[in-house]
Amino acid sequence: MLFTSYSFFLFLAVLAILYYLIPAKFRWMLLLIASLSFYAFSGPGYLLFILATALTTFYTGLKLDALQRTSSEYIKQKKEELSIEERKAYKERMKKRQRLWLVLCMVINFGILAVLKYSDFTIININTLLDVFKVDGKLPLLGFVLPLGISFYTFQTMGYIIDVYRGKYPCERNFPRLLLFISFFPQLVQGPISRYDDLKETLYSGSGFVTRNISYGLQRMLWGYFKKLVIADRLFVAVSTIIRNPGEYQGVFVLCGMFLYAIELYADFTGGIDIALGVAQIFGIKLKENFQRPYFSKSITEYWRRWHITLGTWFRDYMFYPISVSKPMQNLSRKGRKTLGDTMGKRLPVYIATLVVWFTTGIWHGAAWNFIVWGLLNAVVILISQECIPLYNKFHSRFKVRDAFWYRLFQVVRTFWLMSFLRTFDCYMNVGLTFRMYGTILTKWNLPELFQGGKALFGLSPADYIVFAAGAALMLFVSLRSRAESFRDILARRPLIVRYAVYFALIIAILLFGAYGPGYDSSQFIYSRF
Amino acid sequence: MKKKIIINIAAVIFLIAFIAILQRLLMPKYMSEIHEGNLVAEYYEDVKDHDVIFIGDCEVFSNVSPITLWENYGITSYIRGSAQQLVWQSYYLLEETLKYEKPDVVVFNVLAMKYNEPQKEAYNRLTLDGMKLSATKLKAVKASMMEDEELISYIFPILRYHSRWSSLTGEDFKYLFKRDKISHNGYLMRIDTKPANVIPEGRKLPDYRFGDNSYYYLDKMTKLCKDNNIRLFLIKSPSIYPYWYQEWDDQMKEYAKENGLTYINFLEHTDEFGIDYNKDTYDGGLHMNLSGAEKFTYYLGRILSEEFGLADRRSEAGTAERWQEKADFYYAMKADQERELKEYGYLKSYGGRAQTLEEN
Repeated sequence: MLFTSYSFFLFLAVLAILYYLIPAKFRWMLLLIASLSFYAFSGPGYLLFILATALTTFYTGLKLDALQRTSSEYIKQKKEELSIEERKAYKERMKKRQRLWLVLCMVINFGILAVLKYSDFTIININTLLDVFKVDGKLPLLGFVLPLGISFYTFQTMGYIIDVYRGKYPCERNFPRLLLFISFFPQLVQGPISRYDDLKETLYSGSGFVTRNISYGLQRMLWGYFKKLVIADRLFVAVSTIIRNPGEYQGVFVLCGMFLYAIELYADFTGGIDIALGVAQIFGIKLKENFQRPYFSKSITEYWRRWHITLGTWFRDYMFYPISVSKPMQNLSRKGRKTLGDTMGKRLPVYIATLVVWFTTGIWHGAAWNFIVWGLLNAVVILISQECIPLYNKFHSRFKVRDAFWYRLFQVVRTFWLMSFLRTFDCYMNVGLTFRMYGTILTKWNLPELFQGGKALFGLSPADYIVFAAGAALMLFVSLRSRAESFRDILARRPLIVRYAVYFALIIAILLFGAYGPGYDSSQFIYSRF
Repeated sequence: MKKKIIINIAAVIFLIAFIAILQRLLMPKYMSEIHEGNLVAEYYEDVKDHDVIFIGDCEVFSNVSPITLWENYGITSYIRGSAQQLVWQSYYLLEETLKYEKPDVVVFNVLAMKYNEPQKEAYNRLTLDGMKLSATKLKAVKASMMEDEELISYIFPILRYHSRWSSLTGEDFKYLFKRDKISHNGYLMRIDTKPANVIPEGRKLPDYRFGDNSYYYLDKMTKLCKDNNIRLFLIKSPSIYPYWYQEWDDQMKEYAKENGLTYINFLEHTDEFGIDYNKDTYDGGLHMNLSGAEKFTYYLGRILSEEFGLADRRSEAGTAERWQEKADFYYAMKADQERELKEYGYLKSYGGRAQTLEEN
């Protein structure tokens, strides 16, 4: 069931009414039934996968919890009898057993994800190698279809079990409750990737009817639909025209494609997240924010702190830090210090962790080389930026421009274009073609073609561009105004008539200018395919 | 608190009203082109007192003239026809019509039997958008929808036509609240001529049997008529395109025999009513022009009058007066089309001036 389908509106309306009609203690159960129904819409068979993840994680959680209890009770009982070394050894043994359960759970669940998502990619690469070495025979593709949101819920669930292993919070002892945490429907399509300790308070409490929740939730949804239907899906036509015709659209058109795709992706992804957060808020549930005005970032590192925040923090907490401080990395660092010097030796674990994280980030986005190259290029740019910090510092100590508006604007524009360049891999879906398109920017000087009518409209009408420009200006305005506080709070202080005017204008704009229905090739949310 | 509730209710009413007007604005008006789009809706404006109701595709709304039926036989009739009307659409239009009136005879043109499945969204729209919202309409929509269509967009057509915002014309504003009348009790007049140079031969088909779905709705139609004591008259109108196969004809004859219905393939009687496909069609044989329609209707009227025993109502004062107005409109449009044909060599705006003529 798509967020943009009519059936979803009906589903949501019925669910919201029922939710507030039944007693609070049953509300989370209703959400569970609704979430599983929502999931079953994408194919009832896929429920097996999410159930498998939930069951293995639930059982592992119980096991970890039991081992942790046994360990602490044993030490408590034998406090007097055991020496510090014996206690340490016992704890270590128990931790090892816990680690085994954790690893088993992760292998099963990441294994399901890997098999479903990467089998064909692996087979294609093996077949290519067989071709290169002129070996007869080809492995057949398996053609698995990815269950809805598997990349998102697998990461969310593994985050939970790692936290339980780390003793951050006790495991959830009620299976249906854990299943709801994993399958809560607004976050299934494209996140955000929630943390159990963030979500549990509002998810299970069965919030009472609060007008503000309904009003704010609907406003957020409205804004999300505006971004998705009026801007993103309209630009989808233009971006597709450019990237599907690389022979025709080169040079300056590649830059146009980068720019339009940047806006499309932002409107699409943030629009989808707005809808998800708005839907959750209608039920009084608070999901994590996933964006903090990312296109205002002044560096790539800052950009990744503000874009898809829940994925970034997942990688930071569950991959980057554990790798950086792992024993093998510490050993490597020691060896590095001896051979490469102190500075380089210290940085070695960070470099390796960064490369591993970005390789994984790349492949998380899709089973294709373009995503891997995209991820690694991000890592390279981030590492180069870090290495250049002393140079920047020197520059700033000599030239006092850091706080100048024009310099900050330059940094924002530079970061926007840098990210847009990197994101081109996501467009062309082919590494060689992407580099060739980069090449045409330098070799094909065709700026005048941009002003020669039809071709430069990329399949849209001039009227479509007026709508896009107005929509983009509105997005920019809202972004600028919501620097310090939520735009909904700003709006809430305005007179009723102004508020109604804004709501009605948005509703009419979506109804009228939304790129939906016949005549539009309205696209699924871009991030839902990851 | 009370004030706030009132403001909220007022705001919602305002929004709904605004969207309703917007929806009217965005819906195609079919005034300067594709006049067929208005046929179904025009029925609601007419006095519901018809001896005969015609249902079917363009072969009824182009080939049958209710004015000719009235003037020659005193039979009142209405054509609930539409472009590529499918059997289930005919059935539901009939079901809806029976809520308003009980005719003596229902005439169904059987060409649509060849379509067992929905064909095209555009044709669905031409038939279904004009229907008033009712359970019958919803059933008609459900039966007609293509795979990528949504029921809700027939209830709220703005969801279908919203993208017309960039192609609105003066016509959309002019006919926002009221449209001109373009038909003569469902008959779409054309007086121009385009001869049929070739009489077509049908291409071989892999299977000539009409589909189960078509039969299902034809059975329903038969039952509906029987239940309401209405005589169902199956016809094949005398258009030479699309080709009407002998195998199809045989199936219809068999069906009529089995169900005790009258079926006439008028293609077998063209010599009797003197159709000349070089003079009596405006598009090479698909549709009759006025001359062809009047010839065919005259012949059909005799059958309705003699074989179905429909009474001559020309002596009914109120009815005669009403039909005289219709006839005036009919001849005024005919004259206007003749003028246009003479002036421009083609029908520049036939039907588009209908209201002006009527008012004059």
